[in-house]
Amino acid sequence: MATVLEADHVKKYFPTGASKWLLRPTDQVLAVDDVSFKLEAGTTLGVVGESGCGKSTLGRVLAMLLKPTDGSVRLNGVDLATLNERDLNQVRRDIQFVFQDPYACLNPRHSIGESIATPMKVQKTHDKQGRRQRVQELMELVGLNPEHFNRFPHEFSGGQRQRVGIARALALNPKIIVADEPVSALDVSIQSQILNLLEGLQNDFGLSYVFIAHDLAVVRHIADEVAVMYLGKFVEYGDATSIYKTPRHPYTKALMSAAPVADPKIGRERKRIMLTGDVPSPVNPPSGCRFRTRCWKATDQCAEVEPQLVEVVPGHRVACHYPES
Amino acid sequence: MSTPLISIRDLHVSFHTQDGVVKAVDGVSFDVMPGETLGIVGESGSGKSVTANAIMRLNFGTQVDVSGEIIMNGKNLLEVDDDELRTLRGRQMAMVFQDPLTALNPFYTVGNQIAEAYLIHHPKATKSEVREIVLNAMVKVGIPEPTKRMDSYPHEFSGGMRQRIVIAIALVNNPQLLIADEPTTALDVTVQAQILELIGTLQEEYGSAVMLITHDLGVIAETADRVMVMYAGHAVELANVDELFETPTHPYTVGLLGSVHSLDDSSRGALQTISGTPPSLINLPTGCAFHPRCRFELGENSLCRTEAPQLHAVGKSRSACHLPESQLLQIGAKGGV
Ligand SMILES: Nc1ncnc2c1ncn2[C@@H]1O[C@H](COP(=O)(O)OP(=O)(O)O)[C@@H](O)[C@H]1O
Ligand SMILES: Nc1ncnc2c1ncn2[C@@H]1O[C@H](COP(=O)(O)OP(=O)(O)O)[C@@H](O)[C@H]1O
Ligand code: SF4
Ligand SMILES: [Mg+2]
Ligand SMILES: [Mg+2]
Repeated sequence: MATVLEADHVKKYFPTGASKWLLRPTDQVLAVDDVSFKLEAGTTLGVVGESGCGKSTLGRVLAMLLKPTDGSVRLNGVDLATLNERDLNQVRRDIQFVFQDPYACLNPRHSIGESIATPMKVQKTHDKQGRRQRVQELMELVGLNPEHFNRFPHEFSGGQRQRVGIARALALNPKIIVADEPVSALDVSIQSQILNLLEGLQNDFGLSYVFIAHDLAVVRHIADEVAVMYLGKFVEYGDATSIYKTPRHPYTKALMSAAPVADPKIGRERKRIMLTGDVPSPVNPPSGCRFRTRCWKATDQCAEVEPQLVEVVPGHRVACHYPES
Repeated sequence: MSTPLISIRDLHVSFHTQDGVVKAVDGVSFDVMPGETLGIVGESGSGKSVTANAIMRLNFGTQVDVSGEIIMNGKNLLEVDDDELRTLRGRQMAMVFQDPLTALNPFYTVGNQIAEAYLIHHPKATKSEVREIVLNAMVKVGIPEPTKRMDSYPHEFSGGMRQRIVIAIALVNNPQLLIADEPTTALDVTVQAQILELIGTLQEEYGSAVMLITHDLGVIAETADRVMVMYAGHAVELANVDELFETPTHPYTVGLLGSVHSLDDSSRGALQTISGTPPSLINLPTGCAFHPRCRFELGENSLCRTEAPQLHAVGKSRSACHLPESQLLQIGAKGGV
């Protein structure tokens, strides 16, 4: 299989608010801290983790909405940092972003037809007539009534607005879609509609997805590979079936055990791993293993040596000194 | 059978808006038994919060009609005056909201806010008594170093810790009924697990009944004894939690359960969905509010389109659907397939 997208030691640090006043350049938010992965054509990488762990930042770096502080992103083998502005513009078509709240990125004064057509206008790929035709084609594709192209965002429900966001992302025939919590704001019955749509589009067009979510069950459904993030790092990464069946990082295990199960009998019987406390600040993450302050297995070694992401079984990597077996 | 702690009868809440009358709650009746957890589940806009706020008698403004009965300890809460309401809130019923920041005052220390809630019902309590109560309440909800933290302000706490403080305030007067409206929706899943466990532990300790509102069927499965499913301002099903998940008796519940994704679901096949979207509450469909989205709807001129179905016994549950009992039980047993 061909690798379409590759992240190589990607870092994204933000200056903290405080540093502006105190002028301490050392105070940085380590939002994404040394992340590497490969995405194969036609597959889905699910990125999960709790809020603030760096999922959106990673997604934005991948979709070229943010420049990495360090490391590189390669699209079809080409390092994006080596491209000039014109070539970058070309590649931008290949990778599109879908937001959690399509409402936030749809101009309320533009008809949804105009919104869907924006990328074609910006990239000058179609003339007016062509855009109009393509918009209706796209609307049909995502399950919207093409006759509604003149309507405005407020006339649509959340699920329909997400369809608009997806139609716009598809306008330039991208190869990769980075979707940042695309169903998190939707009711469960509408979530399934959108997940089914995304899967159908993937099958029809051979799309590759980076699918970001905090809901493990949603990711389970759509992902071929999964990356579990904690404080800016991948702590576990690999084949989805293997990870969901046998989570090996204590954090992954705790995350899965915390997710409520919609079956009262299972819920009552299972033993839950209860983590104490909250996620520490990404400004001064714990030394060694970043999870150690909440980990029930932590030893001195965990505080001193940072565990590397290593392959424990084929296609399944874990960053832990004492992985579960 | 023990007597209900609170009985809601034919509750209607309608808002008059520029666009028309929003029937947010349209004839809902249910009981909460002492000490039980009643889960209320439904998609956004189905009327869960409005139901809760009506019970708490929160201010809906002037452009509203509220009718029906909310009977607690022999009194209709919809008829008591503001003075009496103050004596009931906190002691009879208390509420925890989704966003703890809006429930807390940013300018007062959390210790002060717990103390204030206690003093409403114990105006003669001495300073040292109150301090004792506050510390105790903070310990109970699991705030580390309470003697130090009682002098901190809400913004100095994490989201999970803030929610613990809101729970401490809600429980400081030992209410008979705790209403928790999406108490963990804004929290991360590991913190959600902590808060749900805390509510369960405290409920046992205090013997309070809990009305837990959520859109998350997983949370319902793990916390509720009984469940009311709401759709478009109506109660469409009322069932014991095991029954609800095993044999749902309303087409909407069946659809809802079918669209849940689970952690051990490795199938990449299409998920079940409920087609369409919830109706406008200004222009509710005639008959059963769910009929435009229902796969089993009985067709033109049928009861589904002409008459609003009422909750009635179906199997061991209560369902508001016109289909014959045998068909409903069959649909539920097969998960709607
Ligand atoms: N533009 C920014 N400036 C400063 N800090 C940021 C910025 N964007 C994100 N962060 C911080 O980076 C961390 C990761 O954020 P984010 O990528 O949004 O996480 P997630 O999507 O997993 O919730 C958080 O601590 C967040 O506050
Ligand atoms: N003050 C209000 N004025 C007008 N409409 C309202 C008001 N409060 C709630 N609603 C409407 O009532 C319906 C039910 O709301 P709510 O009870 O908050 O739903 P949920 O089940 O999501 O908690 C929604 O359509 C909402 O927009
Ligand atoms: S009453 Fe009719 S429309 Fe409503 S849920 Fe039952 S079968 Fe469906
Ligand atoms: Mg995010
Ligand atoms: Mg609500």
